[in-house]
Amino acid sequence: MSAERRGRLKIYLGYAAGVGKTYRALEDAQALQQQGVDIVIGYFEPHGRQDTIAKTEGLESIPRRTLAYAGSQFQEMDTAAILERKPAVALVDEFAHTNVPGCERVKRWEDVAALLEAGIDVITTMNVQHLESLNDQVWHVTGVRVRETVPDWVVDEADEVVLVDLPPDALRNRLERGVVYGTEKARRAMENFFVETNLTALREMAIRHTAHEVEEKLAAAPALAPSTPAAGESSPPAGEPPGRKERILICLTGSPSSAMLIRRGKRVADYLQADCLAIHVARNGAGREDVERHMSFARNLRIDARIVEGEDIPRAIVEFAHRERVTQIFMGRSTPPPWWKPFQETVVQQVVRHALDVQITIVAERRRPA
Amino acid sequence: MPGITEHRPNPEDLLRRIQADERRERRGRLKVFLGYASRVGKSYRMFDEGRRRKARGQDVVVGAVQGEITPDIQDILSSLEMVPMLVEKHGGAAYQVIDLAALFRRHPAVCLIDGLAYFNPPGSRNPERWQDVEELLDRGIGVITAVNVQHIREKQDEVEKIAGKRPSVSVPQAFLLEAEEIEVVDAPPEALIDRTDGVAPDSRRLGELRELALLLAADVVDRQLQDYLDSHGIAARWGAQERILVCLTPRSNAAAMLKSGLRNKRRFHGALLAVYVDQHPLAAEDRRRLDEHLALARQMEAEIHTLQGDDFVDTILGFAREQRITQLFLGHSNRPWTFRLNRNPIERLIDAAEDFDIRLFPHPEAR
Repeated sequence: MSAERRGRLKIYLGYAAGVGKTYRALEDAQALQQQGVDIVIGYFEPHGRQDTIAKTEGLESIPRRTLAYAGSQFQEMDTAAILERKPAVALVDEFAHTNVPGCERVKRWEDVAALLEAGIDVITTMNVQHLESLNDQVWHVTGVRVRETVPDWVVDEADEVVLVDLPPDALRNRLERGVVYGTEKARRAMENFFVETNLTALREMAIRHTAHEVEEKLAAAPALAPSTPAAGESSPPAGEPPGRKERILICLTGSPSSAMLIRRGKRVADYLQADCLAIHVARNGAGREDVERHMSFARNLRIDARIVEGEDIPRAIVEFAHRERVTQIFMGRSTPPPWWKPFQETVVQQVVRHALDVQITIVAERRRPA
Repeated sequence: MPGITEHRPNPEDLLRRIQADERRERRGRLKVFLGYASRVGKSYRMFDEGRRRKARGQDVVVGAVQGEITPDIQDILSSLEMVPMLVEKHGGAAYQVIDLAALFRRHPAVCLIDGLAYFNPPGSRNPERWQDVEELLDRGIGVITAVNVQHIREKQDEVEKIAGKRPSVSVPQAFLLEAEEIEVVDAPPEALIDRTDGVAPDSRRLGELRELALLLAADVVDRQLQDYLDSHGIAARWGAQERILVCLTPRSNAAAMLKSGLRNKRRFHGALLAVYVDQHPLAAEDRRRLDEHLALARQMEAEIHTLQGDDFVDTILGFAREQRITQLFLGHSNRPWTFRLNRNPIERLIDAAEDFDIRLFPHPEAR
């Protein structure tokens, strides 16, 4: 598996089906082939769009493999065949796709990682709503809970993230003309997901996220001349104490709302370039299965997640925070005390009382208004 | 980002919106392609859109071309009708000028104007080309045009910091905000470097300009979203932007909250607001402290609001919802929470905050 060089990953980032991500990726592919680069289409989703299909002309495609699952036939990317063929560049559509059970890997981004590992460059496409850290925000705005997600670090590690932009009016025009979906599907899409407010909000997220990726790359690259300040607002603010790096601690429970807490804490940590830790204080074995799920979710997002044994939950949290030099604790809202114990302190209250020197963030559950 | 992050609809805003709507009905539609450097492909994308619109039956003409015309653009241009530009000599220099009179006569549905940031020669009808475009729009001609972030007037201080020089021509940001559509033309800086011969542009500077263009576009889109919500009477409690509200009280640790708020605002490219709830007359010492906090907030360029309200918690909650706040910063008092019949304001805020996070800051004496 040891390739001399890891392949480069380029992601075309959009905000909805039909903005033209695949088209742009295919334009790239055509240009590369003209320059004599050995490029293949590893996976392409035509959606019956004529303009896009026309752009594949003259490009070599690796046939998909067909798998049977639950009595139906599914077509998936044939990663093994691409590895065998070993082109310089592979175009792989729909980065966030989840493979049908029975494939070697669960997610397409894992298939892409295997191609990169083998030294193959990959050009891929995804929408901003598939980013794990935006999952709750997207749900809050659109009412849609996106199931196929990609951890943020996978996107952060891409060599290039390029925005594919299109004004929402133009996208809705495309829908009306039946370019994106067939007409009945288009009508339903227009009434639901493709309403103007959704599209505009998602578009803003896509633009902001691309700006964030550009900024991260600039921060990682060595500065040319010390006299060149970073771009305007992004320059390190004067008077910000150097040295003490922020460390964020997320307090996990078995509650379903912990998933939201993990995403929110990690997102803030990423933007503040802070370390991110998570703990669960285990008093007894109860609810362990839910906790384990949250722990592995956190670890997938590259959070340092640990289980601590302790009888007194608030005390264990505060002790851990002090020991690990945590600067900010993220917690969910505690359930209010029962009516017969109105003076009983909640976990949040106790942590606040014990950790007077640490910032504490109580994360809202952001329910959607009905 | 002065002037573009405030969201509160006030009477002037409403009037501006109504006037804009009325003008918009008669005006041609404006679409702007926004890029961060020459060669990102703005011209190609603009002319390609013209080609596709013509293929769909729209009456499209080209009103201005600029610079070297690449073969792929030439290809498109040969299929489009042109209203040739005029060449005017002035003081030994030759200027290419849009032939407004000819365009008025021809009166197409859509006119393509490449290169929005240009001077007209002295003595012209308008000093700058974007004003020519305004005239086309006023006469009901739709315009598709292209501009780089370097040429947006309000961004030129930042551009100068990045690139070390300031372009002499500029287009006001308001022109961009009035456009019905803007479209970002994005490409990695490497793609531009490949295309230049010999001269290697500095990819860091290009990256910084790229970020600037993207953030400008995000702000324009945010403004469009807000306008849409306001004009349709939708009270949205969410947004795509991080908005931080620092709650100032005389005894809170304002310096730490504002400093952290500023850092969050910068990292998220969001907005920083500070609020004070004016409830009852303050003792002289508290007044002095509060004034210090407000001065600090101004210094950090927070948007400051003073609210009137009988109930601290309800006032803050209402304001935070209206402003689509995502994080509320509070300083916690030194008083213990336990054994009191009335729940304190912080507890009540935590219970009621469904749409935003609450961050509690340690009291200064706690350290």
